[in-house]
Amino acid sequence: MALRGDWVYENNGGTCVAIAGSDYCVVAADTRLSVGYSIYTRDYSKICKLADKCVLASSGFQGDMKALQKNLAAKHLIYQHQHNKQMSCPAMARLLSNTLYYKRFFPYYTFNILGGLDNEGKGCVYSYDAVGSYERTGYSCQGTGGNLITPVLDNQLKSPSPLLLPSRDAVTPLSESEAVDLVKDVFASATERDIYTGDKLEIIIVNATGIRQEFLDLRKD
Amino acid sequence: MKLDTSGLETFVPPSRGLNVLPSDFTASPAFDLPGCTDFDGFQKNAVQMVKPAKGTTTLAFIFKEGVIVAADSRASMGGYISSQTVKKIIEINPYMIGTMAGGAADCQFWHRNLGIKCRLHELANKRRISVTGASKLLANILYSYRGMGLSVGTMIAGWDETGPGLYYVDSEGGRLKGKRFSVGSGSPYAYAVLDSGYRFDLSIEEAAELARRAIYHATFRDGASGGVASVYYVGPDGWKKLSGDDVGELHYKYYPVVTSSVEQEMAEAPVA
Repeated sequence: MALRGDWVYENNGGTCVAIAGSDYCVVAADTRLSVGYSIYTRDYSKICKLADKCVLASSGFQGDMKALQKNLAAKHLIYQHQHNKQMSCPAMARLLSNTLYYKRFFPYYTFNILGGLDNEGKGCVYSYDAVGSYERTGYSCQGTGGNLITPVLDNQLKSPSPLLLPSRDAVTPLSESEAVDLVKDVFASATERDIYTGDKLEIIIVNATGIRQEFLDLRKD
Repeated sequence: MKLDTSGLETFVPPSRGLNVLPSDFTASPAFDLPGCTDFDGFQKNAVQMVKPAKGTTTLAFIFKEGVIVAADSRASMGGYISSQTVKKIIEINPYMIGTMAGGAADCQFWHRNLGIKCRLHELANKRRISVTGASKLLANILYSYRGMGLSVGTMIAGWDETGPGLYYVDSEGGRLKGKRFSVGSGSPYAYAVLDSGYRFDLSIEEAAELARRAIYHATFRDGASGGVASVYYVGPDGWKKLSGDDVGELHYKYYPVVTSSVEQEMAEAPVA
């Protein structure tokens, strides 16, 4: 086929983290975009606001990342016209799963985390693999720094498994500001050991009052 | 002299794959295929890259009171544990459940799809679909994708007009009816416990305990299985989750710590 080689993917690196609390959700990603040893830009936002209470953070291949964001944004626009309301976070989660799976044989090379507030106003985090299997969790980390950060989050936030019966209360024990501080810390540490993570950290905080954005400078080497 | 051959090249219209949004994307979606010459090679590389969950223990068996279904909850990518809280028992409708082994996305998506098909059958025929029918729907779908790289090994368990039903369905197109199945990398260990303890006339509690023990012993010997052992029971009134136990804690239930008696106390050496 013209215009397309047999291999079309690239890994542009990047790390995303999301933490859900009782009434908030923190979603964060670094802004470095690189291939191999070269850094393409130090200021590429990997987080996309899909709805008022729903944000998507992705890492992997930038081309697929952008295509996926545009696809979801367009579907959400149609949903808004048809239903006269914004899509809920659990609905968006299912839509993202199906969108990814319909590319099962030609996947979006993206690793996504969807964060926001559910219908009851509680924080929710959905984490995905590249072909659409998903799971609701209390916190999640994906991307090149995932293997470095996940164990730290486990240590700080691990709550009893939701599969346990009789079920045990599983709420992230952190307040909103503590969660933001934890995210800053884990990214600062991942930047020290992962060449694909760094430059700047973009933090999105979703709560009942709306969406807030924060930035933190990371190492640029 | 260089010849200008540009006029000889066939004109290729922009392919659909280059559009971010297909023009008719309100229509029901279809699977996008890569526009490369070597589909198999592409699939192989793509699967390597996005490595889905492998390594599982799931089991199900029919006994006097109905069907018991149990599974672990670990998802691993090679040596890395990507999740310890995977829901490997998928609730299709209140009377039917499916288990998940192989590709996580493949299982999740096609069970969801099966749930939709079962509901449509119910609305069209004013009665619930049989387990036989449902498993055949799934097997036919999977068979139609045979050779495309799907990876599914599932058991469909449920209760219909004929009583309890249990089928094993896989992505190679296989569909088997049976009384006792185990699927996944931990299945040899689960089968060992299951076969040695199985009787048709077990009570619900005994059957649940057998399933739990089989999953526990599989997670003990199989590195790719672990997490929480969930046990479901399907009876005449639909499915019910009976238990979910952390296998780390189950270990101490099956093998309580015995404090060994001290053979010899250390004592002051007598002053010579």
